[in-house]
Amino acid sequence: MMKRMGVEEKLGLNKFLLDEGNPHIKINKEICRACTGKPCLVACPASLYTLKEEEIGFDYAGCLECGTCRIICPKPGAIDWSYPRGTFGVAYRYG
Amino acid sequence: MSEDRFDVIIVGAGPAGSTAAYILAGAGKEVLLIERGDEPGAKNMTGGRLYGHSLEKIIPGFAQEAPLERRIVKETVSFLTSDTSVSFDLQSELLGSGGKESYSVLRAEFDCWLAKKAEKAGAILVTGIRVDDLFMEEGRVKGVIAGEDIMEAGVVILADGVNSLLAQKIGMKQELKPHQAAVGAKEIIELPGEVIEDRFNLHEGEGAARLFVGDCTKGRIGGGFLYTNKKSISLGLVFTLSDLQSWEKTVPEMVEDFKHHPAVSPLIKGGRTLEYSAHLVPEAGYSMIPKLYGDGVVVVGDAAGFVINIGYMVRGMDLAIASGEAAAKAIISAHDVYTTQALSRYRKLLEESFVIRDLKQYSKFPAFLNNKRIFNEYPQLIAELMTDFFSVDGSPVPPMMKRILKPVKKVGLMKVASDVWKGVRAL
Repeated sequence: MMKRMGVEEKLGLNKFLLDEGNPHIKINKEICRACTGKPCLVACPASLYTLKEEEIGFDYAGCLECGTCRIICPKPGAIDWSYPRGTFGVAYRYG
Repeated sequence: MSEDRFDVIIVGAGPAGSTAAYILAGAGKEVLLIERGDEPGAKNMTGGRLYGHSLEKIIPGFAQEAPLERRIVKETVSFLTSDTSVSFDLQSELLGSGGKESYSVLRAEFDCWLAKKAEKAGAILVTGIRVDDLFMEEGRVKGVIAGEDIMEAGVVILADGVNSLLAQKIGMKQELKPHQAAVGAKEIIELPGEVIEDRFNLHEGEGAARLFVGDCTKGRIGGGFLYTNKKSISLGLVFTLSDLQSWEKTVPEMVEDFKHHPAVSPLIKGGRTLEYSAHLVPEAGYSMIPKLYGDGVVVVGDAAGFVINIGYMVRGMDLAIASGEAAAKAIISAHDVYTTQALSRYRKLLEESFVIRDLKQYSKFPAFLNNKRIFNEYPQLIAELMTDFFSVDGSPVPPMMKRILKPVKKVGLMKVASDVWKGVRAL
Protein backbone atom coordinates (compact mmCIF):
# COMPACT_ATOMS: atom_id res chain seq x y z
CA MET A 1 0.00 0.00 0.00
CA MET A 2 1.29 3.44 -0.95
CA LYS A 3 2.02 5.93 1.78
CA ARG A 4 -0.19 9.02 1.79
CA MET A 5 1.69 12.21 0.93
CA GLY A 6 1.00 15.45 2.74
CA VAL A 7 0.94 18.71 0.81
CA GLU A 8 4.25 19.90 2.32
CA GLU A 9 5.89 16.74 1.03
CA LYS A 10 4.42 17.34 -2.44
CA LEU A 11 5.58 20.96 -2.51
CA GLY A 12 8.99 19.91 -1.22
CA LEU A 13 9.58 18.07 -4.50
CA ASN A 14 9.29 21.25 -6.56
CA LYS A 15 12.12 23.54 -7.60
CA PHE A 16 11.40 26.90 -6.07
CA LEU A 17 13.22 30.20 -5.61
CA LEU A 18 11.74 32.34 -2.83
CA ASP A 19 11.79 36.13 -3.25
CA GLU A 20 12.59 36.79 0.43
CA GLY A 21 10.65 39.67 1.89
CA ASN A 22 8.71 40.25 -1.36
CA PRO A 23 5.40 38.37 -1.20
CA HIS A 24 3.67 38.43 -4.61
CA ILE A 25 0.31 37.77 -2.97
CA LYS A 26 -0.92 39.78 0.02
CA ILE A 27 -4.13 39.31 1.93
CA ASN A 28 -6.18 41.79 3.89
CA LYS A 29 -7.04 39.94 7.09
CA GLU A 30 -9.71 42.52 8.02
CA ILE A 31 -11.69 41.68 4.90
CA CYS A 32 -11.02 37.92 5.32
CA ARG A 33 -12.50 38.03 8.82
CA ALA A 34 -15.89 38.97 7.39
CA CYS A 35 -15.81 36.07 4.92
CA THR A 36 -18.00 33.15 5.93
CA GLY A 37 -17.20 30.64 3.15
CA LYS A 38 -13.39 30.99 3.00
CA PRO A 39 -13.14 28.83 -0.16
CA CYS A 40 -9.39 29.56 -0.41
CA LEU A 41 -8.84 27.05 2.41
CA VAL A 42 -9.89 24.08 0.27
CA ALA A 43 -9.29 25.39 -3.24
CA CYS A 44 -5.64 26.47 -3.05
CA PRO A 45 -3.85 23.46 -4.60
CA ALA A 46 -0.84 24.16 -2.39
CA SER A 47 -2.98 24.63 0.78
CA LEU A 48 -1.15 27.86 1.57
CA TYR A 49 -4.20 29.43 3.20
CA THR A 50 -4.66 28.26 6.76
CA LEU A 51 -7.01 29.06 9.59
CA LYS A 52 -5.62 29.67 13.04
CA GLU A 53 -7.94 30.85 15.82
CA GLU A 54 -10.50 32.11 13.30
CA GLU A 55 -7.89 34.11 11.41
CA ILE A 56 -6.73 33.43 7.85
CA GLY A 57 -3.01 33.05 7.40
CA PHE A 58 -1.17 32.89 4.09
CA ASP A 59 2.35 31.86 3.16
CA TYR A 60 3.58 32.65 -0.34
CA ALA A 61 6.44 30.15 -0.14
CA GLY A 62 5.36 27.15 -2.20
CA CYS A 63 2.83 29.07 -4.33
CA LEU A 64 2.20 27.39 -7.69
CA GLU A 65 1.11 30.74 -9.20
CA CYS A 66 -2.15 29.28 -10.55
CA GLY A 67 -4.50 32.15 -9.65
CA THR A 68 -7.21 29.98 -8.06
CA CYS A 69 -7.38 32.06 -4.85
CA ARG A 70 -7.80 35.31 -6.76
CA ILE A 71 -10.76 33.98 -8.74
CA ILE A 72 -12.52 31.95 -6.07
CA CYS A 73 -12.25 34.71 -3.43
CA PRO A 74 -15.75 36.17 -2.86
CA LYS A 75 -14.48 39.34 -1.14
CA PRO A 76 -13.26 42.14 -3.40
CA GLY A 77 -10.00 43.61 -2.14
CA ALA A 78 -9.11 40.69 0.12
CA ILE A 79 -6.35 39.36 -2.15
CA ASP A 80 -3.73 41.50 -3.84
CA TRP A 81 -2.38 39.14 -6.49
CA SER A 82 0.53 39.38 -8.88
CA TYR A 83 3.15 37.05 -10.28
CA PRO A 84 6.51 36.81 -8.51
CA ARG A 85 9.28 38.98 -9.98
CA GLY A 86 11.14 37.47 -12.92
CA THR A 87 13.13 34.27 -12.13
CA PHE A 88 11.48 33.90 -8.69
CA GLY A 89 8.77 31.46 -7.67
CA VAL A 90 8.12 27.95 -8.91
CA ALA A 91 10.20 26.51 -11.76
CA TYR A 92 8.63 23.37 -13.17
CA ARG A 93 11.16 20.78 -14.32
CA TYR A 94 8.45 18.62 -15.94
CA GLY A 95 5.20 20.62 -16.15
CA MET B 1 12.35 54.13 -35.53
CA SER B 2 14.27 54.13 -32.26
CA GLU B 3 16.94 51.48 -31.93
CA ASP B 4 15.11 49.77 -29.05
CA ARG B 5 11.92 49.50 -31.00
CA PHE B 6 10.80 46.07 -32.13
CA ASP B 7 8.23 45.26 -34.77
CA VAL B 8 6.52 42.84 -32.39
CA ILE B 9 6.84 42.14 -28.66
CA ILE B 10 5.30 38.91 -27.46
CA VAL B 11 4.55 38.44 -23.76
CA GLY B 12 4.78 34.78 -22.82
CA ALA B 13 6.81 31.97 -24.42
CA GLY B 14 4.15 29.26 -24.26
CA PRO B 15 2.83 27.48 -27.37
CA ALA B 16 0.81 30.49 -28.60
CA GLY B 17 3.56 33.06 -28.08
CA SER B 18 6.41 30.95 -29.45
CA THR B 19 4.38 29.90 -32.51
CA ALA B 20 3.66 33.55 -33.30
CA ALA B 21 7.33 34.43 -32.74
CA TYR B 22 8.47 31.60 -35.02
CA ILE B 23 6.24 32.68 -37.91
CA LEU B 24 6.87 36.42 -37.50
CA ALA B 25 10.65 36.06 -37.24
CA GLY B 26 10.58 33.74 -40.23
CA ALA B 27 8.82 36.51 -42.17
CA GLY B 28 11.62 38.94 -41.31
CA LYS B 29 9.97 40.81 -38.43
CA GLU B 30 12.07 41.97 -35.49
CA VAL B 31 10.54 40.01 -32.65
CA LEU B 32 11.14 40.14 -28.91
CA LEU B 33 9.72 37.15 -27.01
CA ILE B 34 9.57 37.79 -23.24
CA GLU B 35 9.15 34.99 -20.71
CA ARG B 36 8.89 35.49 -16.93
CA GLY B 37 10.15 32.00 -16.09
CA ASP B 38 13.85 31.18 -16.01
CA GLU B 39 13.25 29.04 -19.06
CA PRO B 40 10.24 28.83 -21.36
CA GLY B 41 7.85 26.29 -19.83
CA ALA B 42 9.06 26.82 -16.26
CA LYS B 43 5.70 28.31 -15.28
CA ASN B 44 3.54 26.06 -17.41
CA MET B 45 1.82 22.74 -17.02
CA THR B 46 -0.65 20.67 -18.98
CA GLY B 47 -2.66 17.53 -18.26
CA GLY B 48 -1.30 16.79 -20.90
CA ARG B 49 -1.81 15.97 -24.38
CA LEU B 50 -1.07 17.89 -27.55
CA TYR B 51 -3.26 17.26 -30.59
CA GLY B 52 -0.62 17.59 -33.28
CA HIS B 53 -2.57 18.86 -36.31
CA SER B 54 -2.07 22.62 -35.92
CA LEU B 55 1.68 22.46 -35.23
CA GLU B 56 2.14 19.93 -38.06
CA LYS B 57 0.76 22.55 -40.44
CA ILE B 58 3.36 25.09 -39.28
CA ILE B 59 6.36 22.80 -38.72
CA PRO B 60 5.79 19.74 -40.94
CA GLY B 61 7.26 16.62 -39.35
CA PHE B 62 7.65 18.36 -35.97
CA ALA B 63 7.13 15.03 -34.18
CA GLN B 64 10.53 13.87 -35.45
CA GLU B 65 12.37 16.62 -33.59
CA ALA B 66 10.10 17.85 -30.78
CA PRO B 67 10.51 16.44 -27.25
CA LEU B 68 7.23 14.52 -27.25
CA GLU B 69 6.54 11.78 -24.73
CA ARG B 70 4.30 9.12 -26.30
CA ARG B 71 1.99 8.89 -29.31
CA ILE B 72 -1.48 8.21 -27.90
CA VAL B 73 -3.11 5.08 -29.32
CA LYS B 74 -5.40 4.22 -26.45
CA GLU B 75 -8.28 6.21 -24.95
CA THR B 76 -10.16 5.19 -21.84
CA VAL B 77 -13.01 6.91 -20.04
CA SER B 78 -13.85 5.48 -16.62
CA PHE B 79 -16.84 6.09 -14.39
CA LEU B 80 -15.87 5.76 -10.77
CA THR B 81 -17.72 5.09 -7.56
CA SER B 82 -15.79 4.67 -4.34
CA ASP B 83 -15.33 0.93 -4.97
CA THR B 84 -16.09 0.40 -8.67
CA SER B 85 -14.78 1.52 -12.05
CA VAL B 86 -16.60 1.03 -15.37
CA SER B 87 -14.54 1.90 -18.42
CA PHE B 88 -15.03 2.54 -22.09
CA ASP B 89 -11.79 1.64 -23.77
CA LEU B 90 -10.66 2.33 -27.32
CA GLN B 91 -7.36 1.10 -28.70
CA SER B 92 -6.81 1.64 -32.40
CA GLU B 93 -3.98 2.03 -34.88
CA LEU B 94 -6.12 4.70 -36.50
CA LEU B 95 -6.03 6.95 -33.42
CA GLY B 96 -2.38 7.87 -33.77
CA SER B 97 -2.09 8.26 -37.54
CA GLY B 98 -3.29 10.06 -40.65
CA GLY B 99 -3.16 13.60 -39.26
CA LYS B 100 -5.02 12.60 -36.08
CA GLU B 101 -1.87 12.08 -34.04
CA SER B 102 -1.82 13.27 -30.47
CA TYR B 103 1.05 13.07 -28.01
CA SER B 104 1.54 13.20 -24.28
CA VAL B 105 3.87 16.10 -23.47
CA LEU B 106 5.68 17.69 -20.55
CA ARG B 107 5.72 21.43 -20.89
CA ALA B 108 9.10 22.31 -19.39
CA GLU B 109 10.83 20.52 -22.25
CA PHE B 110 8.26 21.11 -24.97
CA ASP B 111 7.90 24.87 -24.46
CA CYS B 112 11.69 25.23 -24.38
CA TRP B 113 11.97 23.43 -27.71
CA LEU B 114 9.31 25.60 -29.39
CA ALA B 115 10.81 28.83 -28.03
CA LYS B 116 14.25 27.74 -29.34
CA LYS B 117 12.68 27.18 -32.75
CA ALA B 118 11.50 30.79 -32.66
CA GLU B 119 14.95 31.89 -31.57
CA LYS B 120 16.57 30.01 -34.45
CA ALA B 121 14.12 31.69 -36.83
CA GLY B 122 15.48 35.01 -35.61
CA ALA B 123 13.34 36.04 -32.63
CA ILE B 124 15.10 37.43 -29.57
CA LEU B 125 14.13 35.42 -26.50
CA VAL B 126 14.58 36.92 -23.04
CA THR B 127 13.71 34.93 -19.93
CA GLY B 128 13.33 35.78 -16.25
CA ILE B 129 11.60 39.08 -17.07
CA ARG B 130 8.13 39.84 -15.74
CA VAL B 131 6.17 42.33 -17.84
CA ASP B 132 4.38 44.56 -15.33
CA ASP B 133 2.32 46.73 -17.62
CA LEU B 134 1.66 47.82 -21.14
CA PHE B 135 3.19 51.03 -22.40
CA MET B 136 0.38 53.20 -23.75
CA GLU B 137 0.44 56.40 -25.79
CA GLU B 138 -2.63 58.22 -27.07
CA GLY B 139 -4.84 55.31 -26.11
CA ARG B 140 -2.92 52.74 -28.07
CA VAL B 141 -0.50 50.03 -26.98
CA LYS B 142 3.03 51.06 -27.85
CA GLY B 143 5.10 48.54 -25.92
CA VAL B 144 5.65 46.90 -22.56
CA ILE B 145 6.95 47.97 -19.17
CA ALA B 146 9.13 45.65 -17.07
CA GLY B 147 10.43 47.21 -13.87
CA GLU B 148 12.16 50.44 -14.90
CA ASP B 149 12.42 49.48 -18.55
CA ILE B 150 10.13 50.46 -21.37
CA MET B 151 10.38 48.40 -24.53
CA GLU B 152 8.59 49.73 -27.57
CA ALA B 153 6.98 47.83 -30.42
CA GLY B 154 4.65 48.31 -33.35
CA VAL B 155 2.36 45.67 -31.94
CA VAL B 156 2.23 43.60 -28.72
CA ILE B 157 0.92 40.03 -28.59
CA LEU B 158 -0.48 39.06 -25.20
CA ALA B 159 0.31 35.36 -24.81
CA ASP B 160 0.53 35.62 -21.03
CA GLY B 161 -1.75 32.75 -20.18
CA VAL B 162 -5.07 32.13 -18.50
CA ASN B 163 -4.68 34.81 -15.83
CA SER B 164 -3.64 37.49 -18.41
CA LEU B 165 -3.43 40.36 -15.98
CA LEU B 166 -2.23 42.55 -18.86
CA ALA B 167 -5.36 42.03 -20.98
CA GLN B 168 -7.41 42.85 -17.86
CA LYS B 169 -5.41 46.00 -17.17
CA ILE B 170 -6.24 47.50 -20.54
CA GLY B 171 -9.87 46.42 -20.36
CA MET B 172 -9.77 43.84 -23.14
CA LYS B 173 -10.79 41.13 -20.74
CA GLN B 174 -12.87 40.82 -17.58
CA GLU B 175 -11.55 39.06 -14.49
CA LEU B 176 -12.39 35.34 -14.71
CA LYS B 177 -15.45 34.20 -12.81
CA PRO B 178 -15.44 30.93 -10.83
CA HIS B 179 -17.69 29.17 -13.37
CA GLN B 180 -15.31 30.12 -16.19
CA ALA B 181 -12.21 28.47 -14.77
CA ALA B 182 -11.08 25.15 -13.39
CA VAL B 183 -7.99 24.34 -11.40
CA GLY B 184 -5.91 21.36 -12.42
CA ALA B 185 -3.51 19.76 -9.95
CA LYS B 186 -1.10 17.10 -11.15
CA GLU B 187 1.67 14.80 -10.04
CA ILE B 188 4.44 13.46 -12.23
CA ILE B 189 5.02 9.89 -11.08
CA GLU B 190 8.20 8.19 -12.22
CA LEU B 191 8.03 4.62 -13.56
CA PRO B 192 10.30 2.66 -15.94
CA GLY B 193 9.19 2.75 -19.58
CA GLU B 194 8.78 -1.04 -19.80
CA VAL B 195 6.56 -1.05 -16.71
CA ILE B 196 4.34 1.60 -18.30
CA GLU B 197 4.12 -0.38 -21.55
CA ASP B 198 3.27 -3.63 -19.73
CA ARG B 199 0.78 -1.99 -17.40
CA PHE B 200 -1.11 -0.15 -20.10
CA ASN B 201 -0.77 -2.79 -22.83
CA LEU B 202 1.30 -0.61 -25.16
CA HIS B 203 4.10 -1.09 -27.69
CA GLU B 204 7.29 0.93 -27.27
CA GLY B 205 6.69 4.64 -27.83
CA GLU B 206 2.91 4.28 -27.69
CA GLY B 207 0.89 5.97 -25.00
CA ALA B 208 -2.45 5.83 -23.23
CA ALA B 209 -4.80 8.61 -22.16
CA ARG B 210 -7.40 8.11 -19.44
CA LEU B 211 -10.16 10.28 -18.08
CA PHE B 212 -12.15 9.62 -14.92
CA VAL B 213 -15.60 10.84 -13.87
CA GLY B 214 -17.39 10.52 -10.55
CA ASP B 215 -15.84 9.59 -7.23
CA CYS B 216 -12.46 11.15 -8.06
CA THR B 217 -14.00 14.61 -7.57
CA LYS B 218 -16.41 13.29 -4.92
CA GLY B 219 -19.24 14.06 -7.31
CA ARG B 220 -18.24 17.68 -7.88
CA ILE B 221 -17.96 19.10 -11.40
CA GLY B 222 -14.60 18.08 -12.76
CA GLY B 223 -12.67 14.91 -13.41
CA GLY B 224 -9.47 12.96 -13.24
CA PHE B 225 -6.86 12.41 -15.93
CA LEU B 226 -3.90 10.15 -16.58
CA TYR B 227 -1.39 10.34 -19.42
CA THR B 228 1.55 8.02 -19.92
CA ASN B 229 4.87 9.73 -20.61
CA LYS B 230 8.13 8.03 -21.61
CA LYS B 231 9.27 7.34 -18.07
CA SER B 232 6.52 8.82 -15.95
CA ILE B 233 2.79 9.14 -15.54
CA SER B 234 0.93 12.44 -15.37
CA LEU B 235 -1.93 11.96 -12.93
CA GLY B 236 -4.25 14.63 -11.64
CA LEU B 237 -7.64 16.19 -11.11
CA VAL B 238 -9.51 19.18 -12.49
CA PHE B 239 -12.20 21.03 -10.53
CA THR B 240 -14.48 23.78 -11.80
CA LEU B 241 -13.99 26.64 -9.32
CA SER B 242 -17.70 27.44 -8.93
CA ASP B 243 -18.25 23.94 -7.53
CA LEU B 244 -15.20 24.05 -5.27
CA GLN B 245 -16.58 26.47 -2.70
CA SER B 246 -17.20 24.30 0.35
CA TRP B 247 -15.54 20.95 0.90
CA GLU B 248 -14.37 18.77 3.67
CA LYS B 249 -11.19 18.00 1.74
CA THR B 250 -8.56 20.19 0.17
CA VAL B 251 -7.42 19.83 -3.44
CA PRO B 252 -4.12 18.07 -2.57
CA GLU B 253 -6.01 15.68 -0.29
CA MET B 254 -8.36 14.84 -3.16
CA VAL B 255 -5.38 14.16 -5.42
CA GLU B 256 -4.07 11.81 -2.73
CA ASP B 257 -7.47 10.04 -2.49
CA PHE B 258 -7.50 9.66 -6.26
CA LYS B 259 -4.06 8.03 -6.19
CA HIS B 260 -5.40 5.56 -3.64
CA HIS B 261 -8.60 4.68 -5.51
CA PRO B 262 -8.67 0.90 -6.08
CA ALA B 263 -8.83 1.40 -9.87
CA VAL B 264 -5.94 3.89 -9.92
CA SER B 265 -3.42 2.71 -7.32
CA PRO B 266 -2.35 -0.42 -9.29
CA LEU B 267 -1.53 1.84 -12.26
CA ILE B 268 0.99 3.90 -10.31
CA LYS B 269 2.21 1.16 -7.95
CA GLY B 270 5.92 1.46 -7.18
CA GLY B 271 6.07 4.92 -8.75
CA ARG B 272 7.82 7.87 -7.16
CA THR B 273 6.34 11.36 -7.33
CA LEU B 274 8.78 13.82 -8.92
CA GLU B 275 6.77 17.02 -9.06
CA TYR B 276 3.45 18.54 -8.00
CA SER B 277 1.99 21.29 -10.16
CA ALA B 278 -1.20 23.29 -10.58
CA HIS B 279 -2.64 25.61 -13.20
CA LEU B 280 -5.94 27.20 -14.17
CA VAL B 281 -7.89 26.11 -17.22
CA PRO B 282 -10.22 28.61 -18.94
CA GLU B 283 -13.40 26.58 -19.31
CA ALA B 284 -16.32 28.62 -20.57
CA GLY B 285 -15.30 28.33 -24.23
CA TYR B 286 -17.03 30.48 -26.83
CA SER B 287 -18.95 32.55 -24.26
CA MET B 288 -15.77 33.83 -22.60
CA ILE B 289 -13.85 35.03 -25.65
CA PRO B 290 -12.60 38.53 -24.78
CA LYS B 291 -11.88 41.46 -27.05
CA LEU B 292 -9.23 39.85 -29.26
CA TYR B 293 -7.57 42.88 -30.81
CA GLY B 294 -7.15 46.58 -30.30
CA ASP B 295 -4.92 49.41 -31.38
CA GLY B 296 -1.44 47.85 -31.33
CA VAL B 297 -2.39 44.66 -29.48
CA VAL B 298 -3.78 41.14 -29.94
CA VAL B 299 -4.62 38.40 -27.39
CA VAL B 300 -3.85 34.71 -28.08
CA GLY B 301 -4.00 31.26 -26.47
CA ASP B 302 -5.23 30.71 -22.90
CA ALA B 303 -5.24 34.50 -22.40
CA ALA B 304 -8.07 34.56 -24.94
CA GLY B 305 -9.79 31.56 -23.29
CA PHE B 306 -9.17 29.27 -26.26
CA VAL B 307 -9.87 25.94 -24.59
CA ILE B 308 -12.44 23.30 -25.49
CA ASN B 309 -13.60 21.01 -22.69
CA ILE B 310 -16.22 18.49 -23.72
CA GLY B 311 -15.74 16.11 -20.84
CA TYR B 312 -14.06 13.24 -22.64
CA MET B 313 -11.70 15.55 -24.51
CA VAL B 314 -9.84 18.68 -23.44
CA ARG B 315 -8.02 20.80 -26.01
CA GLY B 316 -6.00 23.93 -25.42
CA MET B 317 -2.53 23.74 -26.92
CA ASP B 318 -3.67 23.02 -30.49
CA LEU B 319 -5.94 26.08 -30.28
CA ALA B 320 -3.15 28.16 -28.74
CA ILE B 321 -0.79 27.25 -31.58
CA ALA B 322 -3.40 28.03 -34.25
CA SER B 323 -4.25 31.35 -32.58
CA GLY B 324 -0.55 32.27 -32.50
CA GLU B 325 -0.40 31.47 -36.21
CA ALA B 326 -3.49 33.58 -36.95
CA ALA B 327 -2.10 36.52 -34.97
CA ALA B 328 1.24 36.30 -36.82
CA LYS B 329 -0.46 36.18 -40.21
CA ALA B 330 -2.70 39.14 -39.37
CA ILE B 331 0.33 41.14 -38.25
CA ILE B 332 2.29 40.28 -41.39
CA SER B 333 -0.58 41.35 -43.62
CA ALA B 334 -1.02 44.61 -41.66
CA HIS B 335 2.19 45.94 -43.26
CA ASP B 336 3.43 47.86 -40.22
CA VAL B 337 0.11 49.64 -39.65
CA TYR B 338 -1.21 48.05 -36.50
CA THR B 339 -4.55 49.78 -36.10
CA THR B 340 -7.66 48.12 -34.70
CA GLN B 341 -8.97 48.01 -38.26
CA ALA B 342 -5.85 46.28 -39.62
CA LEU B 343 -5.67 43.79 -36.74
CA SER B 344 -9.34 42.83 -37.11
CA ARG B 345 -7.98 40.38 -39.68
CA TYR B 346 -6.84 38.27 -36.70
CA ARG B 347 -10.45 37.61 -35.69
CA LYS B 348 -11.37 36.89 -39.29
CA LEU B 349 -8.56 34.33 -39.64
CA LEU B 350 -9.65 32.67 -36.39
CA GLU B 351 -13.20 32.48 -37.66
CA GLU B 352 -12.03 30.83 -40.85
CA SER B 353 -9.93 28.34 -38.88
CA PHE B 354 -11.04 25.49 -36.62
CA VAL B 355 -10.47 27.65 -33.53
CA ILE B 356 -13.68 29.70 -33.50
CA ARG B 357 -15.56 27.08 -35.52
CA ASP B 358 -14.94 24.34 -32.93
CA LEU B 359 -15.50 26.68 -29.96
CA LYS B 360 -18.88 27.61 -31.51
CA GLN B 361 -19.74 23.99 -32.24
CA TYR B 362 -19.28 23.08 -28.57
CA SER B 363 -20.61 26.34 -27.14
CA LYS B 364 -23.52 24.61 -25.36
CA PHE B 365 -21.29 22.03 -23.72
CA PRO B 366 -20.01 23.97 -20.69
CA ALA B 367 -23.64 24.50 -19.61
CA PHE B 368 -24.41 20.81 -20.18
CA LEU B 369 -21.50 19.79 -17.96
CA ASN B 370 -22.94 21.99 -15.22
CA ASN B 371 -25.22 19.07 -14.28
CA LYS B 372 -24.44 17.29 -11.03
CA ARG B 373 -26.06 14.01 -12.19
CA ILE B 374 -23.12 13.44 -14.58
CA PHE B 375 -20.73 13.36 -11.64
CA ASN B 376 -22.93 11.58 -9.08
CA GLU B 377 -25.98 9.57 -10.18
CA TYR B 378 -24.66 8.39 -13.55
CA PRO B 379 -21.35 6.86 -12.43
CA GLN B 380 -23.38 5.15 -9.67
CA LEU B 381 -26.01 3.96 -12.16
CA ILE B 382 -23.47 2.55 -14.63
CA ALA B 383 -21.48 0.87 -11.85
CA GLU B 384 -24.61 -0.74 -10.40
CA LEU B 385 -25.84 -1.90 -13.80
CA MET B 386 -22.54 -3.40 -14.91
CA THR B 387 -21.79 -5.02 -11.53
CA ASP B 388 -25.23 -6.63 -11.65
CA PHE B 389 -24.64 -7.92 -15.22
CA PHE B 390 -21.44 -9.68 -14.24
CA SER B 391 -22.51 -11.03 -10.85
CA VAL B 392 -23.52 -14.65 -10.22
CA ASP B 393 -24.35 -15.81 -6.72
CA GLY B 394 -26.90 -18.58 -7.26
CA SER B 395 -30.01 -16.43 -6.63
CA PRO B 396 -32.65 -16.39 -9.42
CA VAL B 397 -31.78 -14.01 -12.27
CA PRO B 398 -34.45 -11.34 -12.93
CA PRO B 399 -35.40 -10.49 -16.56
CA MET B 400 -32.87 -8.25 -18.36
CA MET B 401 -35.28 -5.30 -18.76
CA LYS B 402 -35.95 -5.28 -15.04
CA ARG B 403 -32.24 -5.31 -14.30
CA ILE B 404 -31.67 -2.32 -16.54
CA LEU B 405 -34.65 -0.32 -15.39
CA LYS B 406 -34.04 -0.76 -11.67
CA PRO B 407 -31.02 1.57 -11.39
CA VAL B 408 -32.34 3.86 -14.16
CA LYS B 409 -35.60 4.38 -12.27
CA LYS B 410 -33.63 5.39 -9.20
CA VAL B 411 -32.41 8.46 -11.10
CA GLY B 412 -35.70 8.89 -13.00
CA LEU B 413 -36.37 7.67 -16.51
CA MET B 414 -37.34 11.13 -17.82
CA LYS B 415 -34.25 12.77 -16.33
CA VAL B 416 -31.97 10.20 -17.95
CA ALA B 417 -33.71 10.56 -21.31
CA SER B 418 -33.57 14.36 -21.10
CA ASP B 419 -29.86 14.41 -20.14
CA VAL B 420 -28.95 12.05 -22.99
CA TRP B 421 -30.87 14.27 -25.42
CA LYS B 422 -29.23 17.45 -24.09
CA GLY B 423 -25.79 15.83 -24.29
CA VAL B 424 -26.23 14.79 -27.90
CA ARG B 425 -27.54 18.25 -28.80
CA ALA B 426 -24.64 19.99 -27.04
CA LEU B 427 -22.18 18.03 -29.18
